[in-house]
Amino acid sequence: MSAAPRVKDAGLAALIALALAFPLIGFETSDAGVGFSTRFSWVAIAAAVVFAGRLLFGLVPRRFHLHQFGVRKTAIPQGKLVKLASAALIVFAVLLPVTPFASRRSIDLGTLALIYVILGWGLNVVVGLAGLLDLGYVAFYAVGAYTFALAAQWYHVSFWEMLPLSGMTAATAGILLGIPVLRLRGDYLAIVTLGFGEIVRIVLNNWTAVTGGPNGIGDIPRPSVFGMPIAAGAPAGVTTFNHFFGIAYDPIQRLIWLYYVALAVALAINWFSLRVRRLPIGRAWEALREDEIACRALGLNPTTTKLSAFAIGAMTGGFAGALFAARAGFISPESFNFQESATVLSIVVLGGMGSQLGVALAAVILATLPEFGREFAQYRMLIFGAAMVAIMIWRPRGIFTIRAPSVRLDRI
Amino acid sequence: MTRQPLLAVENLSMRFGGVIAVDDLSFTAYRGEITAIIGPNGAGKTTVFNCLTGFYRPTGGTLVLTQDGLHFRLERLKGYRIARHAGVARTFQNVRLFAGMTVLENLVVAQHVALTRASGYNIGGLLGLKSHREAERAAIARAREWLDLIDLRERADEDAGNLPYGAQRRLEIVRAMCTGPRLLCVDEPAAGLNPRESAELGRFLVMIRDRFGVGILLIEHDMSVVMGISDHVIVLNYGKKVADASPSEVRRDPAVIKAYLGEEEE
Amino acid sequence: MAYFIQQLVNGLTLGAIYALIAIGYTMVYGIVGMINFAHGEIFMIGAFISLIFFVVLGVIGITWIPLALLLVLLIAMALTAVYGWAVERIAYRPLRGSFRLAPLISAIGMSIFLQNYVLLVQGAHEKALPPIITGGFDLMQQGGFVVSVSWLQLIIVGATLLLMVVFTAIIQLTPLGRAQRATEQDMTMAALLGIDVDRTISLTFVIGAALAAVAGLMVTLQYGVIDFFIGFLAGIKAFTAAVLGGIGSLPGAVLGGLLIGVIEAFWSGYCPSEYKDVAVYAVLILVLMFRPSGLLGRPEVEKV
Repeated sequence: MSAAPRVKDAGLAALIALALAFPLIGFETSDAGVGFSTRFSWVAIAAAVVFAGRLLFGLVPRRFHLHQFGVRKTAIPQGKLVKLASAALIVFAVLLPVTPFASRRSIDLGTLALIYVILGWGLNVVVGLAGLLDLGYVAFYAVGAYTFALAAQWYHVSFWEMLPLSGMTAATAGILLGIPVLRLRGDYLAIVTLGFGEIVRIVLNNWTAVTGGPNGIGDIPRPSVFGMPIAAGAPAGVTTFNHFFGIAYDPIQRLIWLYYVALAVALAINWFSLRVRRLPIGRAWEALREDEIACRALGLNPTTTKLSAFAIGAMTGGFAGALFAARAGFISPESFNFQESATVLSIVVLGGMGSQLGVALAAVILATLPEFGREFAQYRMLIFGAAMVAIMIWRPRGIFTIRAPSVRLDRI
Repeated sequence: MTRQPLLAVENLSMRFGGVIAVDDLSFTAYRGEITAIIGPNGAGKTTVFNCLTGFYRPTGGTLVLTQDGLHFRLERLKGYRIARHAGVARTFQNVRLFAGMTVLENLVVAQHVALTRASGYNIGGLLGLKSHREAERAAIARAREWLDLIDLRERADEDAGNLPYGAQRRLEIVRAMCTGPRLLCVDEPAAGLNPRESAELGRFLVMIRDRFGVGILLIEHDMSVVMGISDHVIVLNYGKKVADASPSEVRRDPAVIKAYLGEEEE
Repeated sequence: MAYFIQQLVNGLTLGAIYALIAIGYTMVYGIVGMINFAHGEIFMIGAFISLIFFVVLGVIGITWIPLALLLVLLIAMALTAVYGWAVERIAYRPLRGSFRLAPLISAIGMSIFLQNYVLLVQGAHEKALPPIITGGFDLMQQGGFVVSVSWLQLIIVGATLLLMVVFTAIIQLTPLGRAQRATEQDMTMAALLGIDVDRTISLTFVIGAALAAVAGLMVTLQYGVIDFFIGFLAGIKAFTAAVLGGIGSLPGAVLGGLLIGVIEAFWSGYCPSEYKDVAVYAVLILVLMFRPSGLLGRPEVEKV
């Protein structure tokens, strides 16, 4: 393009930006709807930015555009890089409580990040591997959390007894939900799962007799150390962790312990996910994502294949739910709304569907971003939403992803 | 050697609303033979395939597959069970490979049923049991043999979607063969190939027939392929059978020439 | 009986609003085969633009209601249409021919973005607007219960029916409609025959957004309170309406919208109203599972 049409094109883009920004950025009404203030300078800035951006984008030669960078064209041996980065991440995670970053806040945040990592990996099986878009994933997270919280409330069972059961209950819920809906086409499946997710939340919110309604459930027990609670004192007959090891009680010990529990669960799930991808079922998931009709022609049962992905994803969500309940000590339906599902989905999409490391990085970024300042907290979802669009356009397989084949010819 | 019937199609009909795509069709396909189904566009050839492989449920008629004393009523089996139990494998007019997976993975997925059983329904595989590792090794070895036959061994670890079109066609046939079928249904394998590639593909199908003793059903528009390799030819027009004979007989059949070949040969 | 009729009136009003949003879903699905998940957000933006310009017009002294109403309607339709156009151009057009889930994921990203964008620029608080069109009449009276219908409700239902007639006429009679139907059948073939497919799709989004803006304006007038989050629920309900009516069918969208509005109103009137959204989700799930072609749609045949 020569200069004149390029300027015209940028001008047009700026004009559209002006029309977009003018009503919503240009005016701000008072909440009662009687007066307003204007911010026309912002509108002008928005239009100018779009003009400049469009002009500069047009100047960049086509071969340097983002989507021209295929994964295979990069010079770095990515397989090795992924391994190195994964190892570094794990070492950092293990050592976090003894680094100078360690504080009550940072360790608690680390636990939250790990919960998102687990959720991301769980949804990754469903969306990234099996190609089933589940928009109600948070329902299984809720089932896990409420299973633990309710059992603890009524039967005084401990975290360790309930962790597997939370996973099982969520997996059962996944199968029960999956049986009727999994024969639906991709986008219909997404909407139906969204509907189920919302139903679960509404029921939790209104079935006050059982779930406590919007007030939620409190007093959820923390995980013990092999049966010994971490506490300053204990009722007769109970040995505390602190007493047994002769360590003075410090509230941070609970946080550190929960952090390591979450890390252990995360690593176990990572091992499981990597392993299962190389099993026949894992390959069947990916084949299903690529072409369901071809799968049927090869004798693969689409229903059981989808159900297994759904159940495993749900189970992982259930584990995350139990950890979430143990971390907060309190749960309410508010934590399990659609925004949460969308957040986890954005983690999977940004991390690169199918990539363990990418999903972990995206989860950590999402969970810790608000800590870097109020602006980040405010703009977090705005950026994540925009990034989801950008990723779909330029790098649909994710920023960090290269897909490692599940089998190789030379490795036998 | 006597001809062994493999597939008996009796009075097959398929109706979509008011349209009759296949009308009272009967024919037999034999083991170790290539049976070509030809006919003008819209004659109902692919619909026959879709009925055979469980994608459509026929409106009427029976489809019986017989081998080694086993009988399968294909019209009663649903979807994936036809490939799994009866051993009917197919390829598609518009190639349906798992484009984002490697060439090798495509062939290993095709052996899913056997691999799943050997891996103790994945649980043994999860635990890393020997039986699974051995089964996987065997599956890869089998895939490698097939890749050698179609000259794709060098590209085994590349994404299937990156292969040239002709190679994708061959890979899809090989993938179907990796399921260990009794009957292989190939839907327009030479479409989009140049004459040299088509001839090669014909020889490849003959090799599969001779070496593995499967029955092959072939839909094809390229008459040089059909006439060169088929053992017998069924001609469809408007869903009805016009002829059923050897290639040389079909070529001379006035009904066929009128319905179909008449347009083709000048 | 009087209570029943009152609920029916309220339900039809609500349903008319859903129907206007549903038309956008159904047209877009018909032509590009994707669920425009951000469409609920477009409606929300339409509501915000309407509210903002009511306030602005009020402050600068345009208070004659018919004029103010007409101006706000035109401004909201035009500016919201720009949003609809931009969303398609930025988030969907580059994805034609991408993998199956890409447009839907992009649409979800767009929806998250727009919601947070409005949250940032307009704040998290509810925005209220004093009633603008007041008054009405009593339809009937029975045992002390008065069934009242407001002028606004009449306007809402009337405008919806009018717009439906207009747009059905457009689709049936104009070159745009012909281009739309051709693009719907086969995009490649339509392009080969000289139809500007990009422009046709853009126009579909623009029309959908303009109608959503009308719905936004009506919600603002009828309920007087909006916030950045109203698009989510309204979007899902309108989508349910589109599915119930038969996705791709314009009269279906209107029928579905009215039905969903009535179901919601009756559920609120006779059943625990906390679960009224569950009733709508249940309709959505049941229709998709047992009759995905809806009431007026055509069934799809799987292409092998």
